[in-house]
Amino acid sequence: MTAALPVPRVRGPRAAGVGGHPWVWVAAAVLPVVFLAVFFAWPVATLVARGFIVDGRPSLAGVQDVLAAPRTWRIVGQTLGQAVAGSAVSVLLGLPGAYLLYRCRFPGRRALRALVSVPFVLPTVVVGVAFQSLLAPRGLLGFLGLQESFVAIVAALVFFNYSVVVRTVGALWARLDPRAEDAARSLGAGRLRVLATVTLPALAPAIASAAALVFLFCASAFGVVLVLGGSGYGTIETEIWYQTTQLLDLPAAAALSILQLVVVTASLMVAGATRARQERALRLSGNPVDAPLRRGDLPAAAVTAVVVAGLLLLPMGSLAWRSLVTADGIGFAHYVALGGRTGQLTVSAWQALLNSVVTAVAATAIAVVLGLLVSYVLSRRPSSPRGRRFLRGVDAVFMLPLGVSAVTVGFGFLITLNRPPLDLRSSWLLIPVAQAMVALPLVVRTLLPTLRAIDPRLHEAAASLGAAPARIVATIDLPFALRGLGLAVGFAFATSLGEFGATSFLARPDRPTLPVVIFQLIGRPGAENFGMALAASVVLAVLTALAMGLAEWIRPREVNPW
Amino acid sequence: MVAGLQVADAVVRYGPVTAVDRVSLEVAPGEVVALLGASGSGKSSLLRAVAGLEPLAAGAVRWDGEDLAGVPVHRRGFVVMFQDGQLFPHLSVAANVGYALDGRPRAERDARVADLLDLVGLPGYGPRPVTALSGGQAQRVALARSLAAEPRLLLLDEPLSALDRGLREHLGAVLDETLRATGIPTLYVTHDQDEAFAIADRVAVLSGGRLLQVAEPSVLWRHPAGREVASFLGYGPFLDPAQAASLGLPGADGVVGVGPDGLVADPAGTPCPVLEVRARRGGAEVTVALPDGQAARVRSRELPGHHEAPRQLAVRLDPDGCVVLADPVSV
Repeated sequence: MTAALPVPRVRGPRAAGVGGHPWVWVAAAVLPVVFLAVFFAWPVATLVARGFIVDGRPSLAGVQDVLAAPRTWRIVGQTLGQAVAGSAVSVLLGLPGAYLLYRCRFPGRRALRALVSVPFVLPTVVVGVAFQSLLAPRGLLGFLGLQESFVAIVAALVFFNYSVVVRTVGALWARLDPRAEDAARSLGAGRLRVLATVTLPALAPAIASAAALVFLFCASAFGVVLVLGGSGYGTIETEIWYQTTQLLDLPAAAALSILQLVVVTASLMVAGATRARQERALRLSGNPVDAPLRRGDLPAAAVTAVVVAGLLLLPMGSLAWRSLVTADGIGFAHYVALGGRTGQLTVSAWQALLNSVVTAVAATAIAVVLGLLVSYVLSRRPSSPRGRRFLRGVDAVFMLPLGVSAVTVGFGFLITLNRPPLDLRSSWLLIPVAQAMVALPLVVRTLLPTLRAIDPRLHEAAASLGAAPARIVATIDLPFALRGLGLAVGFAFATSLGEFGATSFLARPDRPTLPVVIFQLIGRPGAENFGMALAASVVLAVLTALAMGLAEWIRPREVNPW
Repeated sequence: MVAGLQVADAVVRYGPVTAVDRVSLEVAPGEVVALLGASGSGKSSLLRAVAGLEPLAAGAVRWDGEDLAGVPVHRRGFVVMFQDGQLFPHLSVAANVGYALDGRPRAERDARVADLLDLVGLPGYGPRPVTALSGGQAQRVALARSLAAEPRLLLLDEPLSALDRGLREHLGAVLDETLRATGIPTLYVTHDQDEAFAIADRVAVLSGGRLLQVAEPSVLWRHPAGREVASFLGYGPFLDPAQAASLGLPGADGVVGVGPDGLVADPAGTPCPVLEVRARRGGAEVTVALPDGQAARVRSRELPGHHEAPRQLAVRLDPDGCVVLADPVSV
């Protein structure tokens, strides 16, 4: 794609246009598509196929065994149950939060928005450890007896996904024209009636979209369930992990992966449909509107205060506090211990942290380069219906890794990339590649809105001023994309840093990442080990929050991926 | 060979909708042609097709006889100036104006940008961010940016529509002077009759994707090609010859279109019942019912009080304010 690209002298009506020849963006799509095929489709397809092979022959027996097992349906029930509960509670608590943080004006709103968005990017293992520290018998809320309970898991899921609802619904709520509500009130409707008959119906697409997305995240939750669920509770994800690493029953794991694919694909389709509706709805609205806090906003403020203090701050505070409690009183002994190779750890926690950072940097680079290419292609507006259908398909395909669980990706890598033609078993790149796969949808969702926000007439103006397609990309698209790049880098880095699902399959014993080490530590008996897990979790959480804070700080206000 | 732009039987379709239907039009060197039409008439689609932004379903766009099918937008040398400027928001005023001067020596580029900003009356605005400009300033920067490209054809898509009235007239004058000074042939899309008449050498009237008439403004006004054109230009009501004769304009051999000043108050005229009196700046506009029942407006210098509207007004047609159309006589 250079300025010297020969102009195709094609006769006929489709020759002209601004975006250059369609081949230009087909070329841009090739690298990500190949990457997705090799590092996602192939491993996942191989994994699925594995479920239909028993003793070297094609057979449905393996799948049938799994489907006939009562344990399977208990797990499926638990997966769906916690996903439904997690998304319902997230929406219920998130709506007042969205109103308060996006429709009301008060000092400290920006800081509160930033605080609320931190949990979403925290490593799952860290959140598991934080809730564990709170609910364990010696924890602050130990008296509730909620350790290893359904309530604990749902609370942790809401902790993660609260900000998804607040952001998605808030972004639309901020742009709702208040005059519709004013009109309803002047027609004699009370505040509640306005809320029920005007506001909520207008927000419905955003609420549905957020709920579908949260359902997806809850249904594919892994690390947090593994840590908090103990032996009593599990999801399809943890069960795949259990069957693979503990029982070595690959057909069963493959069959479960297929089940997971069904759940995920269904919720992705719902999420995709509602997102499209929301993008249409957003186009109708104008600038953000907000008003100073009034007496009537008290209920929303109260609910949000309770959620922020009780659900978001308490576990994090408990984590930080208990990381300082040692056998000899308050101190940094657990942090000091991170430097040693205590117990059966093969490397020190600091070494693991270094591994994590190096891996995350590589994963971020891969995810951002691919994300830029994918977003560029997806932001095109082809005039032919066939082109538009093609783009919608590409869009859906690149969202798949979002839900096709990290565990499935890790497991798939394990059984496909371990022999020729592509033997990456001993390459350190395997983990960054897997993490990039997991982070890619987030990167695309972050970059795409900035690129789609470019008025197509800007391209047309540039072209009519004599700019060739390559120059339009360099002078118009790229500067816009760069505005969303900070946030995309932050998301990719934070996701990779805390990635546990795929990494837990792929990390080699002599090169573990910090989340893997934390999980090893909490699996060991003894207050010392748990103390070190707490300390390591604090370190990981701080690093993630710093990376995300930096990204939030340099991001333009209008970017809102969810 | 035809010099300049030649549009031949151009057709633009959006799916099943035909936006431009076999339009042929020429813009000669140095000429300003206005494309006048209501919204949805296809005028912007035609402009986009000339720019290469829309594909032609049939027909051709030629420059100096060369068919431009297959020549992409950026090689045509036709600059589009949009209604809302479409300045690049991440670039300064100077970088916007200099966008098309990429590749020139820096000093030359800076000097050219400064000259153009002087020309559009914004000297010294170069370092400013475009987001800080008012609507009128933004359009002037957009004009400077378009001129910097030294286009062989300028395509203006309702360049004044986003501005308020006072600004529109001022910027219209700036635009007019600039186009005359540079001599760049221009296709000027507008829905505003006054704007088209003020700026264009020839006006092309579009309706429903069809080209109804192309003529110099004075010819267009005096000899509209039919009732649709006349109506769009502001003629109406339309009277049959007998009616016209009864109102003091005998001998018409076609339908008579009454212009804005075509009906005048005259004590010796035909008394008509007054339907409505509306105050206007510097006078009033009286709506009367003509003998055949059609409503027609009469301008009056006298500003009536609210309760003293006359019940009848004697009127007659002024031949200078009316046109006789060649349409078949049916009203």
